[in-house]
Amino acid sequence: MNVAPLTELFATESKSLLRFLTCGSVDDGKSTLIGRLLYDTKLLFDDQIATLTKDSRKHGTAGDELDFALLVDGLAAEREQGITIDVAYRFFNTERRKFIVADTPGHEQYTRNMATGASNSDLAVILVDARQGLLTQTCRHSFIVSLLGIRHVVLAVNKIDLVEFSQSRFEDIVADYTKLIAPLGFETFQAVPLSARYGDNIMARSARTPWYQGPALVEYLENVDVAEKAVARPFRMPVQWVNRPNLDFRGFAGTIVSGSVRPGDSVVVAGSGRTTHVKSIVTRDGDLAEAVAGQAVTVTLEDEVDVSRGDILADAVHRPERADQFAAQIIWMHDEPLLPGRPYLIKMGTRTVGATFTEIKHKVDVNTFQKLAAKTLTLNEVGVVNVASRDAVSFDAFADVPETGAFIVIDRLSNQTVGAGMVQFALRRATNVHWQALDVSKEARAALKHQRPAVLWFTGLSGSGKSTIASLVEKKLYAAGRHTYMLDGDNVRHGLNKDLGFTDADRVENIRRVAEVARLFVDAGLVVLVSFISPFKADRQMARELLSAGEFIEVFVDTPIEIAEKRDPKGLYKKARQGLLANFTGIDSPYEAPENPEILLSGGEKSAEELAEQVFNYLSERNYLHSDEDAGDWTI
Amino acid sequence: MPNVSSNRLTHLQRLESESIFILREVAAEFRNPIMLYSIGKDSAVMLHLAMKAFYPSKPPFPLLHVDTTWKFREMIAFRDEMAKTLGFDLLVHTNQEGLAQGINPFHHGSSLYTNVMKTDALKEALTRHGFDAAFGGARRDEEKSRAKERVFSFRTANHGWDPKNQRPELWNLYNARVKPGESIRVFPLSNWTELDIWQYILAERIPIVPLYFAAERPIVWRDGQMIMVDDTRMPLLPGEAPEQRMIRFRTLGCYPLTAAIDSTAATLEDIVQEMLVARTSERSGRLIDHDDAASMEKKKREGYF
Ligand SMILES: Nc1nc2c(ncn2[C@@H]2O[C@H](COP(=O)(O)OP(=O)(O)OP(=O)(O)O)[C@@H](O)[C@H]2O)c(=O)[nH]1
Ligand SMILES: [Mg+2]
Repeated sequence: MNVAPLTELFATESKSLLRFLTCGSVDDGKSTLIGRLLYDTKLLFDDQIATLTKDSRKHGTAGDELDFALLVDGLAAEREQGITIDVAYRFFNTERRKFIVADTPGHEQYTRNMATGASNSDLAVILVDARQGLLTQTCRHSFIVSLLGIRHVVLAVNKIDLVEFSQSRFEDIVADYTKLIAPLGFETFQAVPLSARYGDNIMARSARTPWYQGPALVEYLENVDVAEKAVARPFRMPVQWVNRPNLDFRGFAGTIVSGSVRPGDSVVVAGSGRTTHVKSIVTRDGDLAEAVAGQAVTVTLEDEVDVSRGDILADAVHRPERADQFAAQIIWMHDEPLLPGRPYLIKMGTRTVGATFTEIKHKVDVNTFQKLAAKTLTLNEVGVVNVASRDAVSFDAFADVPETGAFIVIDRLSNQTVGAGMVQFALRRATNVHWQALDVSKEARAALKHQRPAVLWFTGLSGSGKSTIASLVEKKLYAAGRHTYMLDGDNVRHGLNKDLGFTDADRVENIRRVAEVARLFVDAGLVVLVSFISPFKADRQMARELLSAGEFIEVFVDTPIEIAEKRDPKGLYKKARQGLLANFTGIDSPYEAPENPEILLSGGEKSAEELAEQVFNYLSERNYLHSDEDAGDWTI
Repeated sequence: MPNVSSNRLTHLQRLESESIFILREVAAEFRNPIMLYSIGKDSAVMLHLAMKAFYPSKPPFPLLHVDTTWKFREMIAFRDEMAKTLGFDLLVHTNQEGLAQGINPFHHGSSLYTNVMKTDALKEALTRHGFDAAFGGARRDEEKSRAKERVFSFRTANHGWDPKNQRPELWNLYNARVKPGESIRVFPLSNWTELDIWQYILAERIPIVPLYFAAERPIVWRDGQMIMVDDTRMPLLPGEAPEQRMIRFRTLGCYPLTAAIDSTAATLEDIVQEMLVARTSERSGRLIDHDDAASMEKKKREGYF
């Protein structure tokens, strides 16, 4: 056997690594290029080439030739449709470097998968079909790549074989592109004329483009310097896990994302602001004298300070920001639009916290990078928003320390990742705003009234009987000497919410305000009856989460739409059917029925009086009406 | 994110740290995680990384081995030895129904056999114990549908994978949220290549099953591939006698479905050298992957690891 490779083995250890992605519009040849790179760098095994030959005959889009895209498009659906759907990660290396490449989809529908690939890359190869020039997706991808912090781009003008290797065509596209990306401020930029299918200017300069004097693609990728400018970044380590094997050891496990740390260094726990010193840096291979960004370690501290998952250990001098309101750029990734006021979760570092978007400052047109006014962000849109988190969080501006300035947005109901965010700056120091600790508490106010405060949240279609039943319940409560208040469309829509219409965004805001008011009334010790269609689960969930356990009682008035429409007390169904009322729940806007309401009322079957009785009995059986005996027990 | 700050680390150190980060995220975010231990070289590396990630504590999850009863005998011995020396809780699960029906790779075909004794068995074990996260040692360089998979790969309550609708996965901000019954398969070795694995085993001196090293072993030929006769259950053709041959394995699984290669590589250094000149992929030695086109993706959708 050949002995040479062993030296090569140890040589690979000192090779640097470049992570890059290919992106650009549909069919520009991204996957073909990656397949070609694997083939030309001799990284394909014989059996893989045999499979490729067979596959090219079956699914190929390159006539009788090998369809290199099939090496990368690994999903059955991709091969059938001849497109890329999700990002593929491939590995190859040359004499000089190791590469991890993410081949991303060009289809607009799958932009989120492109962003997935871009988020872990240092450089982007943006492909353009020489026949087509710049397309919307070219602009969108360039923009997203810059948002995600990539500073290095290569413009690959592909399919140059199909424009007779034309120099002027190449130069026109390069001129257009240079103009496009001027505002994005990339650090390095290189344009290469390419034929992914035939291999021109990939490994070596092609004789068919004698006018091109620059480097071949691989040559360029082997040499481009993507190392961060040597600025000393502050120490940051988000705590992942508290390591507590026995009483004598308490360590904080995490990966250093910025800067470096040594025993004796002064550090701050970003959440509490407590400072202490690093005692030791523990690994299974022995304690370290220093640990640097990228290393996964376990840190012990000199003092017994309170640290848990989600905290950041940081340089005591250059501390992260801490706030519960901040401005951020958002890339939206879900079919359901971002709605201001709707509760989401954000995961930032190792911390997950409830948050809402309080305002969309603007969205960005991806073709012109112009700012546009917006009420929502829809799938693949990019914008700048204000975020309010339920608790204060620690972070840096994404531009300063990307690792502590990035977050994802998660939908509370579906658990889907629906957006990516990059913090710009804190809006105000949350530490300046304290909750006033009140001596006269909710409990005290309720005790004075001899009742347990709660919200009865009536939800159901228009005409289902919500208000009728709610007011019967209120009469019964009043008769029993209870303090109540009723919130419904009539007294809220005309005053507090008269600025709101019936779009999805306005409906969310409408419910948010009602829920907040209901919460204040509960705080005042009242039994609140809320009667709103409130068609969206997420909004009712938000209301529920504003209140303590047992305080939110969801009452689903389950009246079939045929019956509600027949009743049509305000003539609204008729109007909606005639197309005179847009966004009418049940007709052209959905009603998301509760899955586990506390009280289910069969609207079509029983009389309003019987249903009101059912609600009253629920309250009575669960001790909402006799609180003096068990004032201490707030659970049901 | 463009993590260039880690330029001071070597390639293997970067991979190691990335994997440790993933292991810790899972331990911190899930209620009931499990590590699938298949006894092969990737599992050996994954286990080694788990020991590092939680040191000085023990990894806060047990190991699960899905035993088809057709593994090489040396694998089982090695498994029990590792669990003992490292002090792991080891769960071993076999599909009892399949066993009772005598499902085996010789008479039922590799496809049915794999479905019943591996895929179904795995799903059964995951459901029975209510695991909400399961680590697997799969790498993206192994196969083209694996190259498409997330590090945190979401599974429905039926353990299905929907490759057309994966959650976006940005930076290292892994979304660990699942509803009851749903789970996440987690692949801490996603970005390792086969060569990385061997270099790391060599650098860290990680113990591996001796079958990876060349030795004289009894084999028979099946469809042009060398199959080791590991026990007397292997049906021999009339007049057939196993031949002794210098072989080793590049990948390990059920012995009737795992082809050997000719090799004299008896040390880790030899193996790495051999790898550097290899002309076939590691999976070419796995008989189940060839069953039909796109077979791996299909298996994965159904819940195979
Ligand atoms: N003539 C010619 N055809 C090419 C070249 N590069 C790619 N193609 C062809 O263009 C078609 C699309 O190529 P793909 O590689 O699938 O394109 P893609 O950019 O990956 O497409 P998506 O991932 O779906 O966005 C295929 O038929 C390729 O063979 C080239 O340089 N010259
Ligand atoms: Mg493609």
